[in-house]
Amino acid sequence: MSTEIQEKEVIKIKQSESLISKRRRKILVDPLDDNNPISIQVLGICSALAVTIKLEPTIVMSISVVFVMIFSSLITSMIRNYIPVRVRIIVQLAIIATLVTLVSEFLKAFNYEMFKVLGAFVGLIITNCIILGRLEAYAMGNKPYDSVLDALGSSVGYAWIILVVAFFRELLGSGSILGWKVFEAIGWDTFPTNGLFVDSIGAFIILGLLIWAQRTRNGYIEN
Amino acid sequence: MTELFNLVIKSAFMDNMIFAYFLGMCSFLAVSKKVSTANGLGLAVIFVLSCTAPLNWLIQKNILDEGALSWISSDFATIDLTFLQLLMFIAVIASFVQLVEMIIEKFSPALYGSLGIFLPLIAVNCSILGGSLFMVQRDFNIQEATAFGFGSGLGFWLAIVALAAIREKLKYSHVPNGLKGLGITMLLTGLMGLAFKTFIGMTL
Repeated sequence: MSTEIQEKEVIKIKQSESLISKRRRKILVDPLDDNNPISIQVLGICSALAVTIKLEPTIVMSISVVFVMIFSSLITSMIRNYIPVRVRIIVQLAIIATLVTLVSEFLKAFNYEMFKVLGAFVGLIITNCIILGRLEAYAMGNKPYDSVLDALGSSVGYAWIILVVAFFRELLGSGSILGWKVFEAIGWDTFPTNGLFVDSIGAFIILGLLIWAQRTRNGYIEN
Repeated sequence: MTELFNLVIKSAFMDNMIFAYFLGMCSFLAVSKKVSTANGLGLAVIFVLSCTAPLNWLIQKNILDEGALSWISSDFATIDLTFLQLLMFIAVIASFVQLVEMIIEKFSPALYGSLGIFLPLIAVNCSILGGSLFMVQRDFNIQEATAFGFGSGLGFWLAIVALAAIREKLKYSHVPNGLKGLGITMLLTGLMGLAFKTFIGMTL
């Protein structure tokens, strides 16, 4: 009996999984909506809101987070069996900090204006809870390819939320999209821009309403 | 002395970590369900922040800045290690948090139990790394750095305890299903931020 089970397990492992199987698609798509890191898991809100005043820095921020997330997951997952459990947080932080330093030096070299705008918030990607949370919860126990898919899903799930928040904040706060004056273009010169949305308060309220809309749509209820 | 006191007040109220810079939001939202837990976390943040800010200040001025290593030998006067800033800061913070965790586990097992997973997360609490980065950006001296760290921690503690108190009352009100939990908390934070904005006109 026991040998039979063992044989079955061996066969299961040997079956190679297609590159995008149903399970893997679920890993990738789940964090976009049903298990969104920001609106459902409540992670990574810290750095999410600070940069969303304008759309352009938000795009840079999203790309940076996707980059750091994918590579930190890949690296952690590849060396996961060699990391001692007791010091794993420091090891993970060192991996993330190295990647973030790369991003920040890259920005400093190629887009200094953007580096000035983002300021300390590039460095604060290190403390983005989504990254450490996914490393801790997923990449530490799974194979590299799956971890990369999970990282991609989570970081894109994070990115679309902050892009939506930034879109509304720029539109209502400065009356523009990517610096292009929308309301002047359609002939509504007197559009009253609302300073509240440039301020932090607008970000909280927009995110609150966005979460409300999203949760009503997918029926998630928090107790 | 008055200047330091002003800096504490300014960083606690006007430049509040949460309402002005959104730093430390993760633990702010996740640990604010009960006042007692929120209080514990807030105190831990005050302690860690007011110790890591001067520690990181010393590291910045004596190791990382351009020419800072010249106290070892004049050959090092041209070395600029600023690119190691993030790594050094986070290492200091992570090891310091480990220390606090051990202390709390030893002296207050009840608090340790209720803080649970969020203690190691203080290491990735943005307000702590943010405190160190802002301190460098604003060119403080060491007393100012300590005062700034303490004041920012105080602001965080104030905000999280206030939010926890509101959320305890919120249990008895009828909130729409989709808005329960995070949604209503975000809106509440927005309103609290609006209240904190009234401090902005003050000059000290």
